[in-house]
This record gives sequence, C-alpha cells and structure tokens, in this order.
Amino acid sequence: MVDRSGTPLVEMRDISISFGGIKAVDHVSVDLFPGEVVGLLGHNGAGKSTLIKCLSGAYRQDSGEIFVNGKKADIQTPRDARTYNIETIYQTLALADNLDAASNLFLGRELTTALGFVDDAAMEAETRRIFKRLNPNFRKFAAPVSSLSGGQRQSVAIARAVYFEAKILVMDEPTAALGPQETQMVAELIQELKKQGLGIFLIDHDVHQVKRLCDRAAVMKNGELVGVVEVDKVSTDDLLGMIIAGKTPEHLAA
Amino acid sequence: MAEASAPRARAPRKSIFETLGIDTRLLGMVGAFVVVCVMFNILTDGRFLTPRNIFNLTIQTVSVAIMATGMVFVIVTRHIDLSVGSLLATCSAMMAITQTNILPGLGLDFGNPLIAPVAIVVGLLTGAAIGAFQGYIIGYLAVPAFIVTLGGLLVWRNVAWYLTSGQTIGPLDETYQLLGGISGTMGETGSWILGAVAVIVACIAIWSARRARIAHEFPVKPVWAEVALMAVSAVLILGFVAVLNAYDVPGRVLAREFEAAGTTMPEGYTQGYGVPYSVLLLIAVAVAMTVVARRTRLGRYIFATGGNPDAAELSGINTRLLTVKVFAIMGTLCALAALVASARLSFHSNDIGTLDELRVIAAAVIGGTALAGGMGTIYGAILGALIMQSLQSGMAMVGVDAPFQNIVVGGVLVLAVLVDIVYRKRTGAK
Repeated sequence: MVDRSGTPLVEMRDISISFGGIKAVDHVSVDLFPGEVVGLLGHNGAGKSTLIKCLSGAYRQDSGEIFVNGKKADIQTPRDARTYNIETIYQTLALADNLDAASNLFLGRELTTALGFVDDAAMEAETRRIFKRLNPNFRKFAAPVSSLSGGQRQSVAIARAVYFEAKILVMDEPTAALGPQETQMVAELIQELKKQGLGIFLIDHDVHQVKRLCDRAAVMKNGELVGVVEVDKVSTDDLLGMIIAGKTPEHLAA
Repeated sequence: MAEASAPRARAPRKSIFETLGIDTRLLGMVGAFVVVCVMFNILTDGRFLTPRNIFNLTIQTVSVAIMATGMVFVIVTRHIDLSVGSLLATCSAMMAITQTNILPGLGLDFGNPLIAPVAIVVGLLTGAAIGAFQGYIIGYLAVPAFIVTLGGLLVWRNVAWYLTSGQTIGPLDETYQLLGGISGTMGETGSWILGAVAVIVACIAIWSARRARIAHEFPVKPVWAEVALMAVSAVLILGFVAVLNAYDVPGRVLAREFEAAGTTMPEGYTQGYGVPYSVLLLIAVAVAMTVVARRTRLGRYIFATGGNPDAAELSGINTRLLTVKVFAIMGTLCALAALVASARLSFHSNDIGTLDELRVIAAAVIGGTALAGGMGTIYGAILGALIMQSLQSGMAMVGVDAPFQNIVVGGVLVLAVLVDIVYRKRTGAK
C-alpha cells in the first residue's frame, strides 16, 4: 500500500488550459505520492497529455497551480521541470533522430571536459553503463537513433528519464510501440522505480495494464476529470465505464 | 546493418574504408573533385593542374567557402540564408568606408597600422549585428527564414549601395590587402612550418582520440589503420604546401622588391608564394567551425534542433536563442568573406558578392548538407565550394561559352543532390 498521509510529491490544483477557445483541460486536480503510480486514462483528446505537459513544462496552464513537495512550483519551460526533478518520456519519444544514443541521453545536459567541450567518450561510457542494466542487448551506441528499432528507441528515451535521478516521472504511453517482451521490461522497470520511491504518472490506453501497474487511476473525459479511483477497488469494466460514459462507478460515488 | 544489434550476429566483413573509418560520402566527393580536375587538365592540355592555377583556384574559393561553413549551420537548423551575398556587400562597404573616410577623418593617416584592425572589427560587428537581427526576427518573431533573408537580400544590397553612393572605394589599406590572397602569402619557409605543425596536430588528434576510446574500453581501429590515416593526412597537407610553394613569384615582382630594399636581385633567384593568408584564415575558420559543430554544446544543439526541433525544445534547449546565434555566426562569417573578397580586389565595388548566396548554398548542398536539416559537415561544404569553383574556372579555361557555364553549374547542383538521395536510399542512411 502507498502511504498517502504525508505531503504529496506533486499536486496539480485546478489546472485549466485552452487552445483557441477549446478547453483542453478544465479545472483538473490530481496528486501523486512518493512510491505511487497514478494512471491517467481517457479517450484520445480527453486532455491527458495536455495536462501532463503542464507538469513537464511543454505547455503553461492558463490557471491553476502546481505544488512539488508541498511548495508552489513555477514551471515555465522543460528546463524548469528538470530542476524540480521531473522527467518526461513523451509519446513521440522526443529523440533527435540524427544523433546517437549517448547524445540523446545527455541532450541539454551534456557532460563536458575541463575546457568546456562536450565529452563524448565519457557520455558514451555512461550510456553503456546504464544500458547494461536497462537493455543489455543494446549494441548500437555509435549509430544515429533513426536506425534503431522501436523498442531500442524507447529504451533510449527511458534511459534519459531515469539516468538523471528523477523524483517524478511522467510516462506518456511508454509501451505503445513495444512488443510483449519489451512491455514486460517497462513494467519491471516501473516496479523497480516505484520501490525507489519515485512518483510516476502513467498515461495509457490499456485499462488492464493500468490495473496491473498503477495504484490509482485518474480518468479524464473532454478535458474534465471524471474521478480518481484506487484500481484495486474497481473492475476493468468500471474503468471502461468511466472512460466511455464519464460516470464514476456507483459503489464509489458516495 | 539492421541486424547488427542482435547479440550474436556475425559482423559482416568490413571493407577497407570501414576499417579506416572514412566516410564513404566524403570519398565520393573527393572522387568527384578528382574527376573534375583530371578532366579539365586533359581538356586544357595540362594547364588546369599547374601550381599557378591551383593557387588561383584556392584563393578564388576562400570567400565562398568561408560563408559555406556558416551556411551548414543555417541549413542544419532547417533554415536558409539568401542574404549572404548582400550582407557581404554591406560589410565590405562598412570596412571600406571605415578605412578610407572615417578613420582618416579621426586623424589616423593612410598607412597607419591601426586602420586594418579597426576596419576589420567594424566589419565583423556589422556582420554579427545584422545576422543576429535577422536571427531575432526568425527565432523570436517566427517569420520564416526564407522571407526574412529574401528581404535581407534586397535590403543589405541596397544599404551597401546607399552607404557608398554606389561608388567603387579603393585602394584599400595595404595591411588589409594582405588577406586578399596573392598580395599576402606566408612564403616557402613559413608554409613548410605551417605544414609541419598541421601534420603534427593531425597525428596528435588521431592518436588522442584513440587513447580516449581505449581509456573507456571502446572498440578501436587497428593500429595500421590509424597510422595509414596519419600518413594520408600528412601526404595531403604537405602535398598542398608543396604545390603552393611551387608557384613562383614573377621575377619582375621580386626585382622590384629587391629594388625597394636597396639591393639587387641575385641571378637565378626564385621564391614561391606559399600559403596565402586568406587560405590560412579559411583553415582557421574550418577548424573552429568543426570544433563548434562536434565538440561544443552549441554544435550539439544545432544538430539536435535540426534533427527534431520539438525534441530539442523539450530537452530544455532554447531554440529561439539558438537561431539568433546561428545567424549571428553566419553574419560574422559574411564579414570575414567580405574582408577576403574586397582585399582580393583591393577595392570595394558596388556589385561585390552578387549571386554569392546561390554559390554558398550550392556549395553547402553539394557538400552533403541536407535541406531537411540535421545533416551536414564543414569539410563537405568547403569541398563543395572547391568543386563549384573548379567547374567554373575550368570551363572558363576551356573556353566554354558563358551561358553554358551556368547551365552546367546549375545542372551539376541538381545532379549532386540526386546522387546524394540515391546514395542515402541505398545505404539506408537517413
């Protein structure tokens, strides 16, 4: 069980953001505790990714506040988010295809030599070290990531997020492009990170996976929050009902 | 190559070029260059590959080549700069006015040693400021680079015209003219020293790269491959120096120099030109730009932004400021190119740099810079400039009619890109 008595790791309060008059996220509040995985569910266009992009600094909310460890956080850019130890694995992976794995892993945070030049050898060594743990079969360290398979690309994106000692991890459909074996690898990784006390927001379409991996699930529909439920107390049908009909199951409605 | 990641897949037998770690694209370009040179040499009965012509070809290439290195960064970040020729003219006009009107007006007489450096600084600042200004409009105000620099093409050409009232300004300062090419060379001894230093630096660079890989226990090339690479570099560098040294200063010029010094020229005395200072400048620019591209965060961000602008932004890279920096670098290089171009002419003329934007873009593209962004090399752009210039002057030497010269150059540009696309499809490289 996750201990939810203390201060939440992240609290997003009353977040709203609209694009050209369309309310993509409408007064949504969610929180996340250390060692917890919160699933974000909803149709395409329900506003999950948009909500999470406010946390990772890609968008700025029109109204609402974000608290990290109980303190108000001012997240204007992705760089700001990183200073709060928030790391994001985007659905698109956000990799520069023309660069190799090490360059991508350290993009924006390059290791440099004493003279201020990028230290490619050191970065490649670190990359090899982390891949020994994450994906031992990975060999193509010198090739541009465009030549990697979907799973390999995914592991580069994951390596980037976990290497920098994130406290808060945002995963936007991390298994969408993966085969069963690689999906299992991601699931194991999530369990491991959870044990280390990270908080994880997991955006996913697959209700079974959310039930398996998450502690709580927040369901969104048309930009609004339908409800936040503990996954152990609901069935997959309940979750589907929330996603499709936008109704909280009756036994939890009180 | 796709199965190379599989744990136990046997690596296919490597070709000699793979073992040597030489880019086959580079090899292709060098091959094309050699073919062009040999062809013209045959057509001109051996007049093309003489020290004299190689010397001229080199100094004619410098101005465009300097700008092409900057164009690589611009195109890699998915922009374009159509204003470089006009910007060159404005920088040249500023430098010319500074040394002939403004500085003498401030009490610095003609021939004062301060004139050249001050004029050059003014030119560089002009180029950097205009470049940064265009970069600001592109990066922060989000006007497409094509439009901003198309406007710049008209604006800066005519700013130059306005500044000089369309007049030719000259002769320029003597020290300033040293960077023009034939009027400023290192001499034979200096050139040999330069060559020796370059060989040593190249060998140290190759060896220390190997040591770094060994230190991190990465696979390295066999020692013979490294040594072969060093030997090839040494032969190329020293061969280039030897050729430039073999071009003798005409006897009457030497005689005049001895007369000026109050002595008479010994019988049978000869002296080679050696490496021109402008070529030295190009080499310095090439090395600096390559270091920026490969070894600095700025360079890494330029390529990352070209490869995936969204990813770069999400990684916390300030892509807007990056655009300003890239165009500021381009502007500064335009100023350097203006310096070389006007010093070579020994005056500023109103039409200086006309159509250079097309030569520069063509050089970068022939050199393997992809207009889709994210791909390009500095040495490729310089080689591209050299190939363009060889074609142009080779055809002039053969006596091809002027219209046909441009028809061929235009055709070659399209053909080069086509070959590149086919090559990339075949090798699966993106």
